[in-house]
Amino acid sequence: MSVNQKIVSSLIKNRIEFVTTVPCKQLAGVIAEIEASTDIYHIPSNKEDEGMGLCAGAYMGGKRSAIIMQNTAIGVTINTLVTLIQYYNIPLPMLISYRGEIGEPVACQVEMAVHTKGLLDQLKIPTYHFHQQSDAEELNPILNHSFVAKKPVAILTDASFWQGV
Amino acid sequence: MIRSDVLKTLIPMISEELVVSNIGLPSQELHLLDDQPTNFYMLGTMGLSSSIGLGLALAQKKKVIAIDGDGSVLTNLGTLPTIANNPANNFILLIIDNGSYGSTGDQPTYAGLKTSLAKVAEACGCENVIECTAEQTAAAVRTALDGDLMTIIVSKCESGNIEVPVIDMDAPVIRHRFMTEVSRRKT
Repeated sequence: MSVNQKIVSSLIKNRIEFVTTVPCKQLAGVIAEIEASTDIYHIPSNKEDEGMGLCAGAYMGGKRSAIIMQNTAIGVTINTLVTLIQYYNIPLPMLISYRGEIGEPVACQVEMAVHTKGLLDQLKIPTYHFHQQSDAEELNPILNHSFVAKKPVAILTDASFWQGV
Repeated sequence: MIRSDVLKTLIPMISEELVVSNIGLPSQELHLLDDQPTNFYMLGTMGLSSSIGLGLALAQKKKVIAIDGDGSVLTNLGTLPTIANNPANNFILLIIDNGSYGSTGDQPTYAGLKTSLAKVAEACGCENVIECTAEQTAAAVRTALDGDLMTIIVSKCESGNIEVPVIDMDAPVIRHRFMTEVSRRKT
């Protein structure tokens, strides 16, 4: 099973039926896998804060939801994370491509990477860093943790994790 | 007619429906006029009423009315293509367009100047867009509730606000009682 298939299988196992995505090169494979899945309603969003609104609505409608986005989106979504997701106790797994880490070819991506963990820490968002493909084994309990805690959780997936995908 | 006058005309028909209402005065006015467990009040996060409403409509079958403002839709303009391309026939987006940022001191918005949100919505691919006067809004909402077609209503009304208290209900309480009601309606 490819890492993309493993991720989608973990989403389905955790009864996540509604996923919004904003693309990133590293996430292309998993986004395609989600689009192909008949168990998940895939709704691409134009901006990540919009996507979090969609996820909040779907959750209140009875469907577990998740967002897939790039770490640059942390800069876009701080207000939404704080005043919607955290303020209303809404669970939201965030699968995040961690651009700007070792192996990054685009220098500008490093500028946001150096702030990513600091911002997540400041927001008190439980954060998990996937560095190797075997780390995907932990996705199941992490997703479950988000719904138990009714909190957003961040899963940072770096270039090393996606290598060879 | 100002926004609160429009809301007053809607109460008899939306009281029992699932309503997502925009941050600031729209939520505070709705809360004052007719607090219901079927109302989801946004206490923060400008711009996302339409997105929350669409997510809710796609996740279950009951009608959903998202009450939004022109300033708020301009903040989250990307919502209109998403709505157009993911049609939910149980979804009604009501944009109360008073051409101003009412909650922050009635500063003019571009929707009150050269920009037509109805035309923007149509250009984004929304197929059933109705622009109406404040007086016609209740009838337009009634038609949308009775029908089976996703509808975007742009209600052109006057700028102006009434004195309303803030909502002191805790956010998780608003969410929990709203979700309880959504879940009750499913069974």
